Formats: sequence, structure tokens, C-alpha cells
Amino acid sequence: MKLSLENLCINRASNQIIDGFACSLANGEALVITGPNGVGKSTLLRAIAGLLAISFGTIHLELDTGETLDGQYVREYCHYLGHKNGLKPSLTAAENLRFWQQFCGNPVFSSGKALDKVGLNHVLDTPIGYLSAGQKRRVAIARLLVARKPIWILDEPTTGLDDNSAKLFSDIANGHCKSGGILIAATHQTLSLANARKVELQPVDKGAFA
Amino acid sequence: MIALLKRDTLTTWRSGGSILTGILFFLSIIVLFPFAIGPDTGLLTRLGPAILWIGALLASLLGLDRLFAQDLEDGSLDILVMQEHSLALMVFTKTIAHWLVTGLPLILTVPLFGLMLNLDAFTVGVVALTLATGTPAIAFIGAVGAAVAVKLPRGGMLISVLILPLTIPVLIFGIAATYGALEDPAPFVSPYLLLCAITLFTAVLGPLAAAQMLRHSAD
Repeated sequence: MKLSLENLCINRASNQIIDGFACSLANGEALVITGPNGVGKSTLLRAIAGLLAISFGTIHLELDTGETLDGQYVREYCHYLGHKNGLKPSLTAAENLRFWQQFCGNPVFSSGKALDKVGLNHVLDTPIGYLSAGQKRRVAIARLLVARKPIWILDEPTTGLDDNSAKLFSDIANGHCKSGGILIAATHQTLSLANARKVELQPVDKGAFA
Repeated sequence: MIALLKRDTLTTWRSGGSILTGILFFLSIIVLFPFAIGPDTGLLTRLGPAILWIGALLASLLGLDRLFAQDLEDGSLDILVMQEHSLALMVFTKTIAHWLVTGLPLILTVPLFGLMLNLDAFTVGVVALTLATGTPAIAFIGAVGAAVAVKLPRGGMLISVLILPLTIPVLIFGIAATYGALEDPAPFVSPYLLLCAITLFTAVLGPLAAAQMLRHSAD
């Protein structure tokens, strides 16, 4: 499996945010995107996840079967963890995870096992609304584990996590890469990922178009 | 999709408020009419079915703004639209779940509220039947409005303004079928079948339109 991004350009309203981003990731590779606030990290991730239209360039995914998929089908192979956790406050952690497992398909870990991995087995039957911000984030990370998707797109995955949980997260992320998955993360913190490539986004030079 | 249906009904059920708000809103509209028209029971009986229909129509608009906005707020909408499932099917399921917790309770309270308007059992039955056929159409039309307004802050009023004109055919044939069953010379079968047709038509077209809207309203 190989994900290739070629010459990506993304506009928001009339502002060009990303200009000519290119990258190619194979099985087991991780990409960490850094850069100052507002430089377009989230925009880039949302575009790769198919949630934002790209104005120029292509996204391709080459499957192990030799098939090549176009941009709009790539999102079906992605787990996206944005700033928001995607959990219903009135449902318990187990109910939330079970729902995503059934909805996304390809079940891997049961909701209890996945919560074990983020060290939150005791909140299994607690409504999400009662959890702290960091705990919610950890349940959201557990969502990545209940259904198998080869590409993980994570937007500041460790926001609100304590040192211990951040370490648990790196273990999970490294495990994902080791099992042949692709990981793309935007962050300001160190994620301690093994063999991760780093890209620092630079603000688009507006002067060039003026 | 069954999982989505279960999750959506469960979240609305757990948060409780919206079901009761809908029923209470329905009740207040029905209580208001006798004050406006006066205590003429004959007139109330004649207008009863129409009052129930207007009340149900307005009450089912209430929760529509939450159909997609809630999923947008907690971030699950992004994940829902990324899956390989057909987006229209997702919208269809969400709309059915929405109708089950907002439309169906209204129909179940019709016998009680009909009593307050001096309606007999047969009339109440007919109104409940036409409402049960017609309110899903309102929900499907509403889903399009909800999808249009999902990214707008405080889009609730906009949804009502957008979709009320579109629900007029549902109201016309719903009322026509109801009075058709109650008064002799008026036909029942043809307006009722047209009402069924509108519901089926919107059940197909509504989710397709709303899905297109959700796909292109990404930010």
C-alpha cells in the first residue's frame, strides 16, 4: 500500500493555504507535520481525509492488490481524528466505540480491549459527558483501534493528554506502523514515533502572486 | 446502518428534552386554537383535523436543526461522511431515526389531543393514519433543509423558512384525505394515495439532495 500526494494546492475562500505539497508514504511509514499556528496543518489533513476539496494536485492510493484509487475513495481507508472527538456525550464509552466499530466495519479489538490499551477500562460504562477532556481524547484514540483502517490521519492527537497517556499513544501509533499502517499526524508536541519523517510547513508566500 | 439508527434514537431518547418539547409544543398549539376561535364545539369539531395537522407540521419542524448540527458539533459528521456507505443511505437512516423519536410520539398523542378538540374516535383514527403517512415526508424534506443549514450558526429558523413552502403539498393532500374519509361526497382514496406518493418520492429524493449538500458543504 502506498499513499502518494502530488503537488497539492488547497484554497480556502480566495486564500491559498497549501501550495504544492508533495509526499509519498509506504506501508509502515509515518509523517509528522509541524509548523506555526494557522499555517494549514489541519487544512492539509482534512484535504487528505477527503473532507475538503483540493484545488489542484492529486491524491492516489496504491493498494496491495495493485489497484490504484483516486482521491475521493482514499477516505474510506482512513481513520480521521480531528480536533473534535466524534463521541456522543449521552452514550457510554463502550456504546460509542461499539457504534463506530459496527459503522466502520473491519472490527479488530472489542471496545473493552481498546479501552484497555489507552488505560481507561474503568470508564467502560460511563457516559462520555462525565469524562475529562483528556479522558475523552483517550476514548477517541481507542476508536482508532476498534475498526481497522490502514491510514490514520491525526490532528494534534495528544492534546490534553498527560505524559503517561502520551506514551500509551506513541505505543499505539508505533504498533500501527509496525503492522503496516500509514500514519499522518500534525502536532506541536513530540510524538516519539519510530522512523517518522518530519515536514515543516511554511506559510505560502503571498508576495509571489501579488 | 442499524447501528446508526440505534445510536441516533438512543442519543435523542437519553437527552430526553427534545421529545417532550415536541409534544408540549404540539399541545400548546392545540390549546391555543380554542382560545382564538371561541368555545363553539361544532366549529372546533369541524376544524379539529386541520388544527391537529397544522400542530403536527409545526411541531415536527422543531428538532430538525439538530439532525446534522449535533453530529457536526461533536465531530462525528466528518467520520460519518468518510465511510464507504452511501451517504444518501446514511441520511435516510438518520431521518428515520429522527422521525421515530420526534414524529411518532406526536402521532401517539393524537387520540388524547383529539379529545380536547371534541373529535370522535373515527376522526382521530383517520387523522392519526394520515399523519403517520405524511409526517415522514415532512422529515425527509426537512433533512434537505437541515443539510443546507448545517454549517450555519443558528440555522434553526432558516430551516423552517426554507422547508415550510415545500411541505404545502403534504398538508394539502393530508387534509384532503382526512376530510375525504369524514365527509361523504369527497374522495378519500385518491388524495391518500397521492400523500403516499409524496412520502415515497421525498424518501428517495430528500436523502439524495441532502447527501449532495453534506458532501459539498465541507469546510
